[in-house]
Amino acid sequence: MKRAAFGQIGFPILLLIPQLVIIAIFFYWPAGYAIQSSFYLQDPFGFGSTYVGLENYSRLTTSRTYLSSFWFTVIFTTLVTFFSLAIALLLAVKADKVIRGAKTYRTLLMWVYAIAPPVAGLMGVMLFDQSRGNITQVLANFGYDYRLGVNYWDTAAAMITVSIWKQIPVNFIFFLSGLQAIPKSVREAALIDNASGTSRFWDITFPLLAPTGFFLLIINITYALFDTFGIVDTIVKGEPGNNPMTLVYRVFVDGFRGGDLGGSSAQSVVLMVLVLILTVVQFRFLERRIHYT
Amino acid sequence: MANVKLDGVRKVYPNGVEAVEPCHVDIPDGELVVLVGPSGCGKSTLLRMVAGLEEITDGTLYIGDAVMNDVEPANRNIAMVFQNYALYPHMTVAKNMGYGLKNRGLPKAEINQKVAEAAKMLNLSEYLDRRPSQLSGGQRQRVAMGRAIVRSPELFLFDEPLSNLDAKLRNQMRIEIRALQQRLGVTAMYVTHDQVEAMTLADRIIVLNAGRIEQIGTPGEIYSRPASTFVASFMGAPPMNIFTGTSDGQQATLDGGVSLNGAGAPSQTGKIQIGIRPEDVALDANGALPFDVDIVEELGAHRLLHGRLSGQPFSVSVGKDEAAQTGPAKVALKPGAVHFFDAEAGRRL
Repeated sequence: MKRAAFGQIGFPILLLIPQLVIIAIFFYWPAGYAIQSSFYLQDPFGFGSTYVGLENYSRLTTSRTYLSSFWFTVIFTTLVTFFSLAIALLLAVKADKVIRGAKTYRTLLMWVYAIAPPVAGLMGVMLFDQSRGNITQVLANFGYDYRLGVNYWDTAAAMITVSIWKQIPVNFIFFLSGLQAIPKSVREAALIDNASGTSRFWDITFPLLAPTGFFLLIINITYALFDTFGIVDTIVKGEPGNNPMTLVYRVFVDGFRGGDLGGSSAQSVVLMVLVLILTVVQFRFLERRIHYT
Repeated sequence: MANVKLDGVRKVYPNGVEAVEPCHVDIPDGELVVLVGPSGCGKSTLLRMVAGLEEITDGTLYIGDAVMNDVEPANRNIAMVFQNYALYPHMTVAKNMGYGLKNRGLPKAEINQKVAEAAKMLNLSEYLDRRPSQLSGGQRQRVAMGRAIVRSPELFLFDEPLSNLDAKLRNQMRIEIRALQQRLGVTAMYVTHDQVEAMTLADRIIVLNAGRIEQIGTPGEIYSRPASTFVASFMGAPPMNIFTGTSDGQQATLDGGVSLNGAGAPSQTGKIQIGIRPEDVALDANGALPFDVDIVEELGAHRLLHGRLSGQPFSVSVGKDEAAQTGPAKVALKPGAVHFFDAEAGRRL
């Protein structure tokens, strides 16, 4: 990297100010405020607050609903990450093999990427809707009484399915370009060395996709943890009841529906720590990720 | 080890382009055949059809005496060396070389032994634990060779294996490849666009142009009796001079009026093409042919004189000891210097 030379320190700072201001106002201030209020018990109507130390945190460790959300989030993240990666990889491998009409085919697969998350959530909700959802009707034909928003597991299944569906195109694009970055001659060499397509995939293609795969793993965990808020919200419709929800959604529900701003702040701080860990992992590994040349 | 036979093998792409016209080639056991031609002439396609990486549209391919058209590349008992080495970047040198054997289900001890042998032969023993990215271009090329050798194939396929190396290394590797192929006695097909490589390596050369085989022959035959103007100008550096002219059955005359006395003439009369290699001409004060030298190119071991003969472009190669200057000069033809070709198709007459 070339270092630009500036006469004095003032000018570069001036150039940085807009970005720094945005970061400070929209990131550090709220984050600091969340940390601060996690140590207080807030009056729901904003009339005052009492310092309670770590009580908000200790309350989390014993809260049955919080722990249930925690475990749901773990399972949710695992399933969404695994299946969105696996299905996308499968589609990418298949799309990569298509020769005739390849462009059209790939474009069609990528189009889903252009759908906004709330729209995707809404479409999912409509498919799973209790009275007119297509999937509900199909399941009814098999004798299964599907109840979105009423049955815990039914709701969880819908959340997971829609979240996976929404994430597949992103992963697909990355995997496909990753596959196409594998030199043709390396694949051909493998073709001469190994007659079995399956073992060729696991011996050659998969390891060469690993850098892409690791990057996507981090991206997908982040997505499942945080960016699924819109989908969860559309499905739960702000009526938590007995429904499963992710930790991020619980921050919103407890804070703004339950009026427990202190507890909600404590939850956000827990999430912040989680993000911090993920970021460290991402930088430690992604920055040093193996480059094959 | 095996002979290879291409019986009317042809390649037509789905868009209708005929990349390789039906061709008939017989390669006896242990021979090194070089496929040479300009880029896009179909030489790589032909090789890839033998490897099984391209489907054969028509015709039959035999390796040994078995028909190979529908056999998987891995089951053809061939080994291929690619232009960009095509090593597996995530595997060590040893794993790269042993991968094919592992897939054949050979026991580990035997694989290790074969890899060690090949590595020793190629001076790679100390690099067996390295990754390809930690090797130089020449070493990578050796690993690719090693990967081919350990398989003890019936047929080696080389797809421009030296194009990515610098000139000095290329010469060295060329000699190594030739020595290795002769020591192992394995039949080989070698694709290149470099005519020097073709001449030096080959037992026999196949010259391709626009998907068609122009000539098959030993390097000597190709050089001294080119079957067409294409072969004549492609093989040999500097290329053969090709003139337009006429023949009356007794004597050939260049367009522009200069007659080639004593050079003979084809029985075909009328318009013809006449080829003369730059090195088959000598500067001679008593020579019969007037030559106007425009440029003298200094090449060290010899000089190239570019100019005009009978109004047509003409190049002459002279030794470094001969005095050469621009301006009018006289040249004489060495015996057998003149080649005659058909005016339209360029076939040898």
